[in-house]
Amino acid sequence: MSNINLLATSGLTLDEGVSLLYLLAAVLFILGLKQLSSPKGARKGNTTAAVGMLIAIITSLTEIHPSSGKVILMIVAVIIGTVVGAISARTVKMTAMPQMVAAFNGVGGGAAALVSIEDYTRLVSSSHGIVLAISVVFAVVVGSLSFAGSAIAFAKLQELMTGVPITYVGQQVVNGIVLLGILALAVVLIGFTSSIALLAILLVISLILGIAFVLPIGGADMPVVISLLNAFTGLAVAGSGFALGNTVLIVGGTLVGASGTLLTKMMSDAMGRSLSNILFAAVGKVTVSSAGAVGVSQDQAVRSGTADDIGVLLAYSQRVIIVPGYGLAVAQAQHVVRELADLLEQRGVDVKYAIHPVAGRMPGHMNVLLAEADVKYDQLKEMDEINDEFKLADVALIVGANDVVNPAAKTDPGSPIYGMPILNAEDAKNIVFMKRSMRPGFAGIDNQLMFDPKTIMLFGDAKESLTKLVAAVKAS
Amino acid sequence: MSPELVGYITTFVLAAFVGIEVISKVPTILHTPLMSGSNAIHGIIFVGAISVTSASHGTVQLWLGLLAIVLATINVVGGFVVTDRMLEMFKPRRPAEEKR
Repeated sequence: MSNINLLATSGLTLDEGVSLLYLLAAVLFILGLKQLSSPKGARKGNTTAAVGMLIAIITSLTEIHPSSGKVILMIVAVIIGTVVGAISARTVKMTAMPQMVAAFNGVGGGAAALVSIEDYTRLVSSSHGIVLAISVVFAVVVGSLSFAGSAIAFAKLQELMTGVPITYVGQQVVNGIVLLGILALAVVLIGFTSSIALLAILLVISLILGIAFVLPIGGADMPVVISLLNAFTGLAVAGSGFALGNTVLIVGGTLVGASGTLLTKMMSDAMGRSLSNILFAAVGKVTVSSAGAVGVSQDQAVRSGTADDIGVLLAYSQRVIIVPGYGLAVAQAQHVVRELADLLEQRGVDVKYAIHPVAGRMPGHMNVLLAEADVKYDQLKEMDEINDEFKLADVALIVGANDVVNPAAKTDPGSPIYGMPILNAEDAKNIVFMKRSMRPGFAGIDNQLMFDPKTIMLFGDAKESLTKLVAAVKAS
Repeated sequence: MSPELVGYITTFVLAAFVGIEVISKVPTILHTPLMSGSNAIHGIIFVGAISVTSASHGTVQLWLGLLAIVLATINVVGGFVVTDRMLEMFKPRRPAEEKR
């Protein structure tokens, strides 16, 4: 505690010292976020924020005076949390990143709710101001909603449950009523009576709303939902900060709440959709009369080819654009795809990768996966950069992508993904569509591109098919 | 309203503006890491968790508090580690960045 002595000699009280260190932590959070939003400083930004966190945590230890029995239990709790957090973060596959973030967000929301429940049990026994009560109740509701919502998001992405939207008639009405119930109960708890039993009921209803809110949202839209729940958790933490009178909680929580809200909007913009469309339209539900299903009749013929044919086609092309999607990641095929690309380049073929903003499961996910496979940065082209080049390409090789090349997004106003910017793969002279089966993509809608006369389907696991293509190119 | 409360509200409002301003120019490829990084930052609830636990009365409060500590620690440690892993992958891009 030498820093405390130092502060004391410079004429600061302990309280003032604590406040200044919290201010330092808050500044580091802000700088960290700033660095995180530019490619150059991103990794440093994460470290900066982590240092801020460490300072805040150490500082907060000077403020508490637990009994020695509690100290031991608290240390054990920290060790458990550290081991669980570090191991799961270290071992999670790159493809499972999105659900990992959902899980970490959920536990944060759960912690905020628990802290506020504890706070409330103290409020019950004392007279308290209304603002205090509002912030406590707010944190309990939003924290538990975020916890339950993240749990469902995790389950959907981990495929513990169906990623298809779960909807029923009158769903929004029911959810609206649940929300009204929460508000009514909150008003009672804030303004009229302090009751632990009522708080428990409020907690349960909030958990239910969290579940009900995420159920009708399709797996493809989950990143946006996770981002929104991330902002929610931030606000819940800020609420706890008000109740506990702790500025670093208020600043940290509010920063996440505000930046998370903006980020959520940016993400939905990147998908060319409005947030309310994502949250309430149940995109990806296979509806009978939806235009996505209409226009693709079951008996339309598709052309499927062998790896050998396609290998020759690729080997004698001049320009090939690879469109990687989540299927590539699932099959762990990013290394094979690079091998194929290298092989083609040796033969003088110009190879580029077209990266849709939401390729993979989250914005930027595909860049991370390909970078992991040492794909050269200058081969990765963002959508706007490459869209005009498709018409010059001899082959567009679509590996495990689907919705991001679905022309219905441009041509069919009735399609659930209408308006989403897509890659113009259909402009290429030949289209090779590598797919496991004719099953619709993540958004659950058919893709007319598969029936395009220029398209050759290559069915099978992405990694196996690519390995066969590598062999075929070598042979030709 | 107490002066403290006014202070908290001031802090809240200013932090909200800073939060929006500070990330307003983020490119799409960094959306995921940024979400993950800010996710780690709300692990600051750890500070609240140890505060309520150390002040807890009775078994129920104690164990709820301990649970909050476990969850908050997972949030902090997991959040920063997973973000670092994501950003680690951006390393091979260094040479290309210089070209920009």
